[in-house]
Amino acid sequence: MSAAELTIQGEIFAIVHEGALWHERERMLIVADLHFEKGSAFAERGRGLLPPYDTRATLGRLAALIARLEPARMVALGDSFHDRRAGSRIDGADLAQLRDLQRGRDWLWVAGNHDPDAPEGVEGDWLAEYGFGNIVLRHEPSAGAAPGEIAGHLHPVAKIRMRGESVRRRCVASDGLRAVLPAFGTYAGGLNVMDRAFDMLFSRGAMNAWMLGAGRVHRMPENRLIADL
Amino acid sequence: MGFARSHDDEPALLPSVFADWFARRGWTLREHQGALLEQAQRGRSTLLIAPTGAGKTLAGFLPSLVELSENGKRRTNALRRGVHTLYISPLKALAVDVARNVETPIAEMRLPIRIESRTGDTPQSKRQRQKLDPPDLLLTTPEQVSLLIASREAKLLFGDLRRIIIDETHALAPNKRGDLLSLALARLRRLAPEATITGLSATVANPDDLRRWLTGGEMSDLVHIEGGAQPEIIIHDTEERLPWSGHAAKHALPAVYDAIKGHKMTLIFVNTRFLAEFAFQELWRINTDNLPIALHHGSLDVTQRRRVEAAMAAGKLRAVVATSTLDLGIDWGDIDLVVHLGSPKGSSRLLQRIGRANHRMDEPSKAIIVPGSRFERVECEATRAAALAGEQDAEMLRRGALDVLAQHMLGMACAEPFDADSLFDEVTGAAPYSGLARADFDGVLNFAATGGYALRTYERFAKIRRTKEGLWRIANPPTAQRYRMNVGTIVEADMVRIRMMRGGIVAAGTTGRISRGGRVLGEMEEGFVNMLSPGDTFVFGGEILEFHTVDEDGAWCTRSSASDPKVPSYAGARMPFTTGVAARVRTMIADPGSWHVFPEQVREWLEIQRERSVLPGPDELLVETFPRADRFFLTCYPFEGRNAHQTLGMLLTRRMERAKLRPLGFVATDYAVTIWGLGDAAARVRAGTLTIEELFAEDMLGDDLEEWLAESSLMKRNFRDCAIISGLIERNYPGQRKTGRQMTMSSDLIYDVLRRHEPDHVLLRAARADAARGLLDISRLSAMLVRVKGHIVHKPLDRVSPLAVPGILEIGREQVSGEARDSLLIEAEEELAAEAMGKA
Repeated sequence: MSAAELTIQGEIFAIVHEGALWHERERMLIVADLHFEKGSAFAERGRGLLPPYDTRATLGRLAALIARLEPARMVALGDSFHDRRAGSRIDGADLAQLRDLQRGRDWLWVAGNHDPDAPEGVEGDWLAEYGFGNIVLRHEPSAGAAPGEIAGHLHPVAKIRMRGESVRRRCVASDGLRAVLPAFGTYAGGLNVMDRAFDMLFSRGAMNAWMLGAGRVHRMPENRLIADL
Repeated sequence: MGFARSHDDEPALLPSVFADWFARRGWTLREHQGALLEQAQRGRSTLLIAPTGAGKTLAGFLPSLVELSENGKRRTNALRRGVHTLYISPLKALAVDVARNVETPIAEMRLPIRIESRTGDTPQSKRQRQKLDPPDLLLTTPEQVSLLIASREAKLLFGDLRRIIIDETHALAPNKRGDLLSLALARLRRLAPEATITGLSATVANPDDLRRWLTGGEMSDLVHIEGGAQPEIIIHDTEERLPWSGHAAKHALPAVYDAIKGHKMTLIFVNTRFLAEFAFQELWRINTDNLPIALHHGSLDVTQRRRVEAAMAAGKLRAVVATSTLDLGIDWGDIDLVVHLGSPKGSSRLLQRIGRANHRMDEPSKAIIVPGSRFERVECEATRAAALAGEQDAEMLRRGALDVLAQHMLGMACAEPFDADSLFDEVTGAAPYSGLARADFDGVLNFAATGGYALRTYERFAKIRRTKEGLWRIANPPTAQRYRMNVGTIVEADMVRIRMMRGGIVAAGTTGRISRGGRVLGEMEEGFVNMLSPGDTFVFGGEILEFHTVDEDGAWCTRSSASDPKVPSYAGARMPFTTGVAARVRTMIADPGSWHVFPEQVREWLEIQRERSVLPGPDELLVETFPRADRFFLTCYPFEGRNAHQTLGMLLTRRMERAKLRPLGFVATDYAVTIWGLGDAAARVRAGTLTIEELFAEDMLGDDLEEWLAESSLMKRNFRDCAIISGLIERNYPGQRKTGRQMTMSSDLIYDVLRRHEPDHVLLRAARADAARGLLDISRLSAMLVRVKGHIVHKPLDRVSPLAVPGILEIGREQVSGEARDSLLIEAEEELAAEAMGKA
């Protein structure tokens, strides 16, 4: 499998290039920030009638990943739905596909700031956070040291410069003690890991970014990364 | 001209107050001024084509002044009326300046006429007042016209409109801005059916296109004043070695400096901002007499630019280095020489720029063109010949863009609820949209209303909706507000402010906050700033700056003591050379009999090409193959300009990839495409397993193109522009950057989703249409493939030919295309691995 390994508090995770963590022993797949129905949320707020296919596109990538790995347990790390009204806007076919994916496995929704509770019509357990072993999965990373924490919320991206060009990609950010996962949602934007917001999470210099590439991830040490404008 | 003097016996075109005023100034009415007065009396719309310096603008206004002066007495007690004459200019500075110029005759003749300008800079209170109490003459820009006709006051403002004057029509019409303006004109014709249109234009290749564009339906009349004296165009031939490639013409700058010394004021045009910086820098290096030489380009802060313009007008400068920012507009002083550094790339552009010199039409303008390379020497000769023959580059009349139509529809719904059938009639009355299919109109209407998606509709969130009567109205005030914020078709690249740090150079290792509030020098594309590392030096505004850091306020720099910038060149957008010049270049190269005009070194270059390889015939495509340093090269010479060649290079490498020729890269110049790789195409041709013809078969514009386009970064850029113009996504305004910016999605994400789920969506079609005629220049490429079919000459060589050298020299200067990003990641990783293993 095209993956890199990441060990946090003794637990070994594979970083898969689609932008998720895979725990082989638990057969557990972790994704963050799906932001279902972000497009229709924009439309509702008058911010542009964006193509309403983002949920379908996100589900499509998720379905492919699930088909490949066949997880026994799926954890979505919060902001899975862009807002509470997402359930009233989601297309019936999309909702049906989601239910299909949920069937036959544990499906845990961790609550996010966008989706503190379940939107209407959505099945599965809604948790504040979820722990196993020395690992805790939550939406928003806590400020200060938090060994064993795996979170989302910040939508990390990393940028490098090579031969006068820059490449900016979604990434997993980790210093070996904790990790922040990239947003999985199709319309989700990204925040550069060199931004101040990450200062509180990692001791500077110790972080690596696993940038998502075509069919593989690329590990870049912090000193190789550059900030956004 | 006798018009002004004919007072007693025949009906005078000029009322006596005007005739007296002309007489006092020692002027006589010029032919075209008289003609426009007559046209106005007959109530005819007219295109006036006249060379610069002919007094076109006054000619345009004169009929309005005459008419208003005659109505004046009646008007004083009448009810307040709307605008009498609407003047539209592509530049807001021009609108303001013309207002000032027309005020002079109004004041001197004490005419009861109010004239005002209105631009984005006009204070809100004044703009509001203008709507309720409009001036007689309103001078403004196309964007303001769109805003005004989208307001509820449109009828009041323009119901009495008598005349519309469009300045620089040739520059306005053939682009998206022209599409939008043509739609606004169609609305104005509805509001004021009596109004006539006067277009003012420089000489163009197809006047009939513009005549149709002005009126929408049958052509307007034409008043054509033949150009004044033939310009004097000299091509500079250097004693130094003429470079094989490049455009900088550094070798010629001492000669240019001497020319400056020999003239009152010299205007030096270059094709890119960075060449402007370079030339300015180099001129000051040799400016031993300390001549006042200034710099003018679009990135410089606007107050700085205005200062340079004022100094020019006051005759305080000896030379100005400028980009296209000085192409249009009023006369800035007494310019007696125009220098063009590098090839002008087209005959119309050369004529326009030469026209900046000597704004008196009966004296010849004087210009020197300075070629930057051998190919450019040939190209300059071709351009000069085309210009002297009065040949204009043909800008094909466009088919109106659909994203622009979407924007216009929102505006029309803001003005008042509209009926779709009636709007369709109106819109097809605009020339660019005359061929618009009803299905496309309905598609755009659907898009403007609810996004127009096949799967689900956003009925509930519609921007415009149908009333009970079946009319389309704007959904709510915030939507109207958003429309007003978004008006216009000019989409700027994301720009970063360049700021000078206060307190000069920061000590090494200093951390903490930089002192804020530093002077803004101008703006640069985000892409350029992105390439800079702290400590890098680059030229901006004529100074070498050291880059320190970038934050939400801009890129912070200090003055550097370095004598050469570390990041020297960034080409930016370059205009490809035009079809007309290209054809002449091909003919000249093919005909040794015409080479006597070239200097020795250029002749020799072509002679050796003839000996070692062949000269491409005017209708042939020469393809050379040769080995060099364990690579195999293929160079072809279509002479179709950089953009078309870039596209050809992409498509050819795909094809060669499939033919197992293992191409590694390519470079495109205006003249040729050079591809290098590991496979030997010549050997394959010898073995009969490949023909060069099949590489260039026309069908490369089918699936290959589609496939490549889909992933192309250029296509994404086109899509972004269309998405912004049509109002699908919001603009990024400078100053508003950073705040939450990182979390906003990019238009690329939207593009990818739309392409996968609805490939025929109206916005994708709009983006593809842009690609065909814009940066990808597919239309030109396609015409070339047809032209050379059956005329491909393959010349296998054992080493590089003289014509191929310029292309080879470009290798390495080119950057990686957006499609190869992943390879950069891999490379970075390998570099790290090598470092870890102690190899680096």
